[in-house]
Amino acid sequence: MDKNDIIKEENRVYKRPKLLTDNIMHYCPGCSHGVVHKLVAEVVEELGLEEKTIGIAPVGCAVFAYNYIDIDWIEAAHGRAPAIASAVKRLMPDRMVFTYQGDGDLAAIGTCESIHAANRGENIVIIFINNGIYGMTGGQMAPTTLEGMKTSTTPYGRRVDLNGYPLKISPLFAQLDGTCYVTRQSVHTPANTRKTKAALKQAFQNAMNGLGTSVVEVVSTCNSGWKMTPAQANKWMVENMLVQYPLGDLKNTVKK
Amino acid sequence: MAKVQGVVVINEERCKGCELCVVACPADVLQLQSMEVNDRGYHYASMVNPEQCIGCASCALVCPDGCIEVYRVINK
Ligand code: SF4
Ligand code: SF4
Repeated sequence: MDKNDIIKEENRVYKRPKLLTDNIMHYCPGCSHGVVHKLVAEVVEELGLEEKTIGIAPVGCAVFAYNYIDIDWIEAAHGRAPAIASAVKRLMPDRMVFTYQGDGDLAAIGTCESIHAANRGENIVIIFINNGIYGMTGGQMAPTTLEGMKTSTTPYGRRVDLNGYPLKISPLFAQLDGTCYVTRQSVHTPANTRKTKAALKQAFQNAMNGLGTSVVEVVSTCNSGWKMTPAQANKWMVENMLVQYPLGDLKNTVKK
Repeated sequence: MAKVQGVVVINEERCKGCELCVVACPADVLQLQSMEVNDRGYHYASMVNPEQCIGCASCALVCPDGCIEVYRVINK
């Protein structure tokens, strides 16, 4: 069959979600943020929550998320997204409220807000993009930076005697009674991307059903910060990040 | 003729040449342009072995910039 006979509406098996705007994302080529944005847009569409979803954007590379996903957004001060999400959800309980935060935002300056929002069992979703580095500000060490990992502030590699240990934040969330679902996913392969989408869907449904806080950690790459090509960064992530941050559900109290 | 036939349509101007679709494709369909660049200077991806495409959408799933649409037919 000729190419032009195949390119028809009825044969389409994949298209961009409508909620993703036409703006060109400012993210570096190959950045995991783009994939997660796409999945958020797809899930919001599939659940029919276009008019009900409110995203709370972080400080970090994803600060401009409102340019890319056509839903309502609030831009939080650094690390404060879960506090704002708590307020919004309490004032508008029929909305789907989620935060979208990197590891600098969530696991450093915002640890307090994140842990306490989850401990209060706020009916929100926390999407946690963990790439082990401060991407936007120039690749500095983050709490989640691996031991021995080189960053602009640990040029000889992170030393635990000097800089402490990589912070595993999802297990902290999992032990809080306020969380109903804590999972760790990634988007480096088509199969993992599908799983992350399913996790986001469950998390969004949990929030709408008032079951408590859901946390979806996405172990991600920052190929620019890591000084690798996108493909190399994915490989490095599998060999190093996923050893410290293994994928899978850490907690799921709503299993059918 | 192959039973399953796929075609991908790549938005060349959106593409940032990250190569993740090339790596994800199980059928060796895609490559980055070696000489051509888009308006922003990226070597964009395109189908070099279009007849091998099975329309699995792996490329589209991993594309961070949402550049790829996938079409598929099953020949009876
Ligand atoms: S649809 Fe599948 S086979 Fe076709 S180019 Fe994309 S990844 Fe390759
Ligand atoms: S994954 Fe997307 S942005 Fe990257 S090379 Fe392929 S089409 Fe271009």
